[in-house]
Amino acid sequence: MEEILAYRSPSLLADIPSHYCPGCHHGTVHKLVAQCLEELGLGNDTICVGSIGCSVFIYNYILLDTVEAPHGRAPAVATGVKRSRPDKFVFTYQGDGDLASIGLAEIMHAANRGEKISVVFVNNTVYGMTGGQMAPTTMIGQKTTTCPGGRCADREGLPMKMAEIIAGLGGVSYSARVAVNNIKNFKKAKKALKKAFEIQISGKGFGFVEFLASCPTNWKMTSIAANERLEKEMIPFFPLGVFKDTQGES
Amino acid sequence: MSRIFIKGNVAISRGALDAGCRCYFGYPITPQNDIPEFMSKAMPEAGGEFVQAESEVAAANMLLGAGACGIRAMTSSSSPGMSLKQEAISYMAGSELPGVIVNMNRGGPGLGDIGPSQGDYFQSVKGGGHGDYRTLVLAPGTVQEAYDLTFLAFELAFAYRNPVLILGDAIIGQMQEPITPKEPVAVDAFEGGSWRLEGARDREPRILKSLYLTDGALAGHNLRLQEKYARARKECRYEEFMTDDAELIIVAYGSIGRIVKSTIRKLRKEGLKAGLVRPITLYPFPSEILKSLAGKGRKFLTIEHNMGQMVEDVRLSICGLAESGFYAQLPGNLPTPNDFEQPIIDALTER
Ligand SMILES: Cc1ncc(C[n+]2csc(CCOP(=O)(O)OP(=O)(O)O)c2C)c(N)n1
Ligand code: SF4
Repeated sequence: MEEILAYRSPSLLADIPSHYCPGCHHGTVHKLVAQCLEELGLGNDTICVGSIGCSVFIYNYILLDTVEAPHGRAPAVATGVKRSRPDKFVFTYQGDGDLASIGLAEIMHAANRGEKISVVFVNNTVYGMTGGQMAPTTMIGQKTTTCPGGRCADREGLPMKMAEIIAGLGGVSYSARVAVNNIKNFKKAKKALKKAFEIQISGKGFGFVEFLASCPTNWKMTSIAANERLEKEMIPFFPLGVFKDTQGES
Repeated sequence: MSRIFIKGNVAISRGALDAGCRCYFGYPITPQNDIPEFMSKAMPEAGGEFVQAESEVAAANMLLGAGACGIRAMTSSSSPGMSLKQEAISYMAGSELPGVIVNMNRGGPGLGDIGPSQGDYFQSVKGGGHGDYRTLVLAPGTVQEAYDLTFLAFELAFAYRNPVLILGDAIIGQMQEPITPKEPVAVDAFEGGSWRLEGARDREPRILKSLYLTDGALAGHNLRLQEKYARARKECRYEEFMTDDAELIIVAYGSIGRIVKSTIRKLRKEGLKAGLVRPITLYPFPSEILKSLAGKGRKFLTIEHNMGQMVEDVRLSICGLAESGFYAQLPGNLPTPNDFEQPIIDALTER
């Protein structure tokens, strides 16, 4: 009988069991990153700047030269890397606590300087690794361990829309928000990520892709319910789309 | 090389440039602004990069990134900014990344003042940030030394894969003296080639990190770091001045060490037998020479431009073998050689 190859895992992805919770989107985003790097032939020339959060072990899954940045500082570390090795492909991978809270100054200024790096931003509306505390992206009414009564706009402000904020900065060439909760969105997400990567390759500037992602564990939901919440609650507030594309096609 | 007349901050910048530094990251703060100002021109001219970072936090993390690529890089600041750099320095030590960090110490605590001080001794030599680590610490006492030690700092940072600190102050930074520069280094393009990040072509990926979670891994990592610090003891440097027949050994570093030397010259003319040990490396600390002098029955007086920090290391070094006094030049007050005469005479004549 003839064998048909139905799925091939990207070779940059390690063939090991993952520590992510069932239904967590970090694994899916890792796969997309590995696929895009591979399809663009970047694996041999890439330096990954990891961050602090559930994805701190990214180097165990995506087989790349990797440096660990302190919490929130990945864009500054990536600046140092890219300025040292402008011939290499450099990206950061950061959660929403990391990027939108403690690391807000670093992401804003790296973006505004137009550092020629790519940023993969995973917004799951909570601090995953530390047990589901409130993040700057937590939705109004969403209960977390540090807003047990639900986030309140009066008290905690509104969730930050990073893809839009980043798009407003001069040095940015590309900013988009995507999701990986279904096949249709996954395909669009891949296109956006590839675009952000290509912008770095062509030396154009800073590329930013925000992934709406699920954290079933801290949302206290099944994987399926988490995907539904993402579609019904997150997307209406955090619209998907391209907010800036200096290469056209927005 | 012909002699040039420059101030300490410029000597540090020139030293870095001639040592092959090609990335500089900084944030404005007095009294070290001459360094980023020099580097903003020198780095691009040398084919390197200058970034005025959004904060000292970011500048130190940029240094971390450059270090991970095996590039000779530097950041500089002064006391309040140094506090902000500590997290990144701890990560660099934990991830074994080279980098040079300059602190032109000013008065503290808090915003303090913009004058000279040695109040950051503890922060500099005891690690400074979180966890069990050390940076190598070099303390210039002249403008020539500011140049030479910055040059050396890059060699040490790469030899030990560790952050190296230059600890100066507003006196060293602003003082003008003639110096003889060295022949600029042609940095080996493969420096750090066995560990630096450049993309995993035809080899296993490299990971530069400080996280060790599996059973026993962090313990082993800490042991390896301690072994490295023990190896670095051989880098210990100090200046001995008129200690042979001295009844009193004064221990003072940096600008204060140099001022005390003038005081000793004067007192010697009056027949007072004082000598000086001026630590040049504050970490590793020159304990052996102090211990051996203590064993010969000498008395000690530590003079610092702070409320008493290095004196603790002096006392640890001499293990109670000798009397050991302390004189504080108060931070906020500018020291002159006259200030130290009476404390030295008192220490010599005290029974
Ligand atoms: C300076 C500092 N503060 C706090 C922490 C603790 N900490 C580790 S991960 C994390 C939050 C991670 O959340 P996020 O960035 O949203 O990523 P996720 O885990 O959700 O993927 C925090 C606060 C730390 N490591 N360092
Ligand atoms: S806690 Fe949340 S973000 Fe972290 S691995 Fe589990 S599901 Fe993913």
